[in-house]
Amino acid sequence: MVKYFGLTFFIALFSFQAIASESDVEHEAEEEFNVSEMIMHHVKDAHEWHLWGPEHGGTSIYLPVILNTKDGIKIFSSSHFYHGEVIHDDGNHYYKGSGPAEGFGMFHEKIYELDSHGKLHFENGHVHGNVKPMDFSITKNVTSLFIGSLIIFLMMFSCARFYKRNGAVAPKGIAKFMEPLIVFVQDEIAKSHINEKNYKRFVPYLLTIFFFIWINNLLGLIPIFPGSANLTGNITITLFLATLTLILTLVNGNKNYWGHIFSPPGVPKALLPIMIPIEIVGIFTKPFALMIRLFANITAGHIVILALISLIFINKHEAWGALSVPMALFISVLELLVAALQAYLFALLSALFIGAAVEEAHH
Amino acid sequence: MDLVTPDLGLLFWTGIVFCSLLFLLAKFAWKPILTAVNDREKSISDALELAEKTREEMKSLKAENDQILKQAKAERDEILKDAKSTATSMIDDAKNKSKEEAQKIVDAAKDSIRSEKAAAMAELKTHVAALSLEIAEKVVRTELSSDEKQKALANNLASDINMN
Repeated sequence: MVKYFGLTFFIALFSFQAIASESDVEHEAEEEFNVSEMIMHHVKDAHEWHLWGPEHGGTSIYLPVILNTKDGIKIFSSSHFYHGEVIHDDGNHYYKGSGPAEGFGMFHEKIYELDSHGKLHFENGHVHGNVKPMDFSITKNVTSLFIGSLIIFLMMFSCARFYKRNGAVAPKGIAKFMEPLIVFVQDEIAKSHINEKNYKRFVPYLLTIFFFIWINNLLGLIPIFPGSANLTGNITITLFLATLTLILTLVNGNKNYWGHIFSPPGVPKALLPIMIPIEIVGIFTKPFALMIRLFANITAGHIVILALISLIFINKHEAWGALSVPMALFISVLELLVAALQAYLFALLSALFIGAAVEEAHH
Repeated sequence: MDLVTPDLGLLFWTGIVFCSLLFLLAKFAWKPILTAVNDREKSISDALELAEKTREEMKSLKAENDQILKQAKAERDEILKDAKSTATSMIDDAKNKSKEEAQKIVDAAKDSIRSEKAAAMAELKTHVAALSLEIAEKVVRTELSSDEKQKALANNLASDINMN
């Protein structure tokens, strides 16, 4: 217990230092400290993995940019943007690519093709009229996705190797830690919400989303490489996961499930024109809620911690740390709980939806 | 608005990575882990069941043993009783037999004593007869030494015969 608390404390402490130093740097670099811009910058995806130092000229890992343009696929380092020329255009500033990135401009981490004059056009703070090539770059979130998935795979693979070597014995090492969680997902999430006959098929999916969300949530809480990416708080990830659950529900829906949607038992015929659209919308609102819940919870956690740390820079006095640091510590510890809770909820609700789809008629 | 706009590139990579992760984990992690864990769970529950069964068996075995013990005790008691009664009857028999034998011996002894006695008496009688004859002879000789005496005797004898 003490050990875990110590670890948590260490992680939390480390996070403030890293976040604080980044914020500090931005504060120095810009005349006016813009809280919302700083927070959005940290919460959103990027083509570099900023480690330390000022935003321009600090230490970063420059990630590969992969563009699908009309001239074919182009691959180059994002340093050609970050080290390129910064163009200021009517309050909007963007990077003009150099070298292999020639002819492209990056505005708020979005890459556009420059027009014949070598410029981006803005309308109301948005790029207007420039072609946006398909961006398959290995961004910060994609890198984090790779790292997280690799961690999960290595962890689970070594866990599986333990059982392969030792047979069905009492677990030791990593298997001892993982086994209760795996058994929990199997028994408490899958078995209790999906019927006996069908639950086994969905256990691998539920286990994978549970650990995928949990481990990536935790990685997001680590303030420096290989963590800090707001992966599970990214709408694309949650959209993808929720869509998978939706597809599994639709594909596995049995006669009983569709029967409840198109002719709900006990509903008068006259009400069907109202009930059927409601039920159909219901199919989509459930995974939609899954998507929003995970996205909002994780992003909100990041925003709150960043906002609390920003108090120091807004008020321009380190004494504010006495207030903001304990509060951010509290939220960080809370986020550790939320990381596990959201993974549990996502898996649980997925199991519930799938369970409802494969439920046998029993009346 | 950027925050809630899905990004195609990220979606592409997520799809690839998540699906391969799902496949790899299902094949190399979940299957062996769950198989091992469920096997172990099954073997534990089997072992528990077996233990319960064995306990039941032990219980019934114990009851059976008790039954057998009881029966054996009863049998032993009976055997002992039998043996005791046999012994007593044997002793009684022996006693009776020995008594009979003794009686027989005594009877035989009495018989032989009686016959011996009879023989002895007979012998004694003959002896006495001979002796008395001798005596009588002597007496007669003396008695009959004179006529008077012979007469007296004859009278005497005659009176005796009358009395008889």
